[in-house]
Amino acid sequence: MRKTGLYLLLLPGVLFLTLFMVIPIVMTIASTFYQDGSFTIQGYLQFLTDAYFLKIMLTTLQVSLVTTIACVLIGFPAAYYISKLGPRKKGILLALAIFPLLTSSVVRSFSWMIILGKKGLLNSSLLAIGLIDKPLEILYTPTAMMIGLIHLFLPLIIITLVGVMENIDPDLLKAAESLGASKLTAFWKVIVPLSVPGLIIGSILVFVGSLTAYTTPALLGGKQRVISTFLYQNAITLNDWHLASVIATIMIVITFVVIYFMNKLATKLNPKG
Amino acid sequence: MQEKNRGLALFTSLVFLFLLGPLIIISFTSFEPGSVLKFPPEGFSWRWYENIFEVEMFMTTFKTSMFVSLLGNLLALLLGIPAAYALSRFDFRGKGILNGIFISPVLIPGIVMGFAMLKYVIVVYHLPIYAGLLVGHTVLMLPFIIRVIASSLSNFDFAIEEAALSLGAGRLETFFKVVLPNIRSGIIAAILIAFLESFNNVDISVFMTGPGVSTLPIQMLTYVENNFDPTIAAISVLLMILTAILMFIIERLMGLSYFTKR
Repeated sequence: MRKTGLYLLLLPGVLFLTLFMVIPIVMTIASTFYQDGSFTIQGYLQFLTDAYFLKIMLTTLQVSLVTTIACVLIGFPAAYYISKLGPRKKGILLALAIFPLLTSSVVRSFSWMIILGKKGLLNSSLLAIGLIDKPLEILYTPTAMMIGLIHLFLPLIIITLVGVMENIDPDLLKAAESLGASKLTAFWKVIVPLSVPGLIIGSILVFVGSLTAYTTPALLGGKQRVISTFLYQNAITLNDWHLASVIATIMIVITFVVIYFMNKLATKLNPKG
Repeated sequence: MQEKNRGLALFTSLVFLFLLGPLIIISFTSFEPGSVLKFPPEGFSWRWYENIFEVEMFMTTFKTSMFVSLLGNLLALLLGIPAAYALSRFDFRGKGILNGIFISPVLIPGIVMGFAMLKYVIVVYHLPIYAGLLVGHTVLMLPFIIRVIASSLSNFDFAIEEAALSLGAGRLETFFKVVLPNIRSGIIAAILIAFLESFNNVDISVFMTGPGVSTLPIQMLTYVENNFDPTIAAISVLLMILTAILMFIIERLMGLSYFTKR
């Protein structure tokens, strides 16, 4: 009974995912190698030799990289501060970080349209205090995308890091200090190394998230394309499903390569071995 | 050191200002009486909240979003609870791979998944667009359902189940009378988390919507392309209130620690 029972529990879910996720994804990847009934890698060659495609790819990688670095630099100190607080304050700050995370990305990106627009809050404030004399063009640039994406993913890295830092034994810090390390040295030699695995996991989430985000670039990027909006454009507006499938495959490959290498790095750098 | 702490506290306050400021600003602009978004608003008016109910598409797509998220949730529970139970309760060969398959919908980029589903679920399988949307959201919710329920099962002492079995209760009876009631709050939290994921989803829905079928976030995106009045700000406020209520319930049920674990 045990074996069949086990399969009966798992089968419906596995079948459902196979039919509606695995087959669609695998067939989409497979379809990129066939055109008019014969094997081809034309789609990939087209992608790799077209300056416009490459520019989109470069913008995407740049935006994602800057977003990730900014999230780490901003998120790490904030997470450290939160992790040291008492349970009540910590709970409140974590809740305040989780709230935007659960809020619709449409709402969050839209709020940045209000701030960054030509007549937006930022420009009108800067004009009012006389720091600039004509409005800055931020909305619909890669900078706007980065700001939107940092806003989107900062909570993610903060809560991931707080989760990791909470588990660092505070006695380790005390031990380091009693052995003569300054607070700062103790922080660098104890907290930072022990946070690295969490930092890497957080960075994967932010990097892959930025790489594949759709809503934020679509709203804040204007005509600036990134790979996900380019996929949508090819699939829906231009109806070029072959090229769209090629882009989809490239996105899957990049995602899995990033996850694989970062995970390897996390295991290697984990001081617990 | 005290000084450095104060610096860190100030820094953290600025970080939270950055995170929450835009959401506060959007809330204020929703009360703008004029038809152009302004901060600070030039007065106070419920005009744009009324407008939500006058633009028929917002009501229609809200109903679609509700329907798809709730029914998809039910489907994901039916598929996910048995799977989560099997994966947490038993050790067997291929468990790692199955775990991977059940979690994979969160690893594959949403926009890729949406496109692949459009190609196969709608075009090859010929599912009607409404059904395709439902299936897409079920796939999306499944990993959240399984993850949250598996984590509450990991706190459940299976010895209690053994005790019920040895006292003569059937497997099914034990499951419904002993296991399920014990993980009830985990299941409700799973439902709420999955609901939020589905209700807010853009990446899959943007491909699975068509003439006459759309979800609220997609309708909002379309509206923003053509209008820049405070209606979207007003909807945003209502959505944030919904989010806050659900988050409060999740906190009560299982704490927010689910979110800090990766």
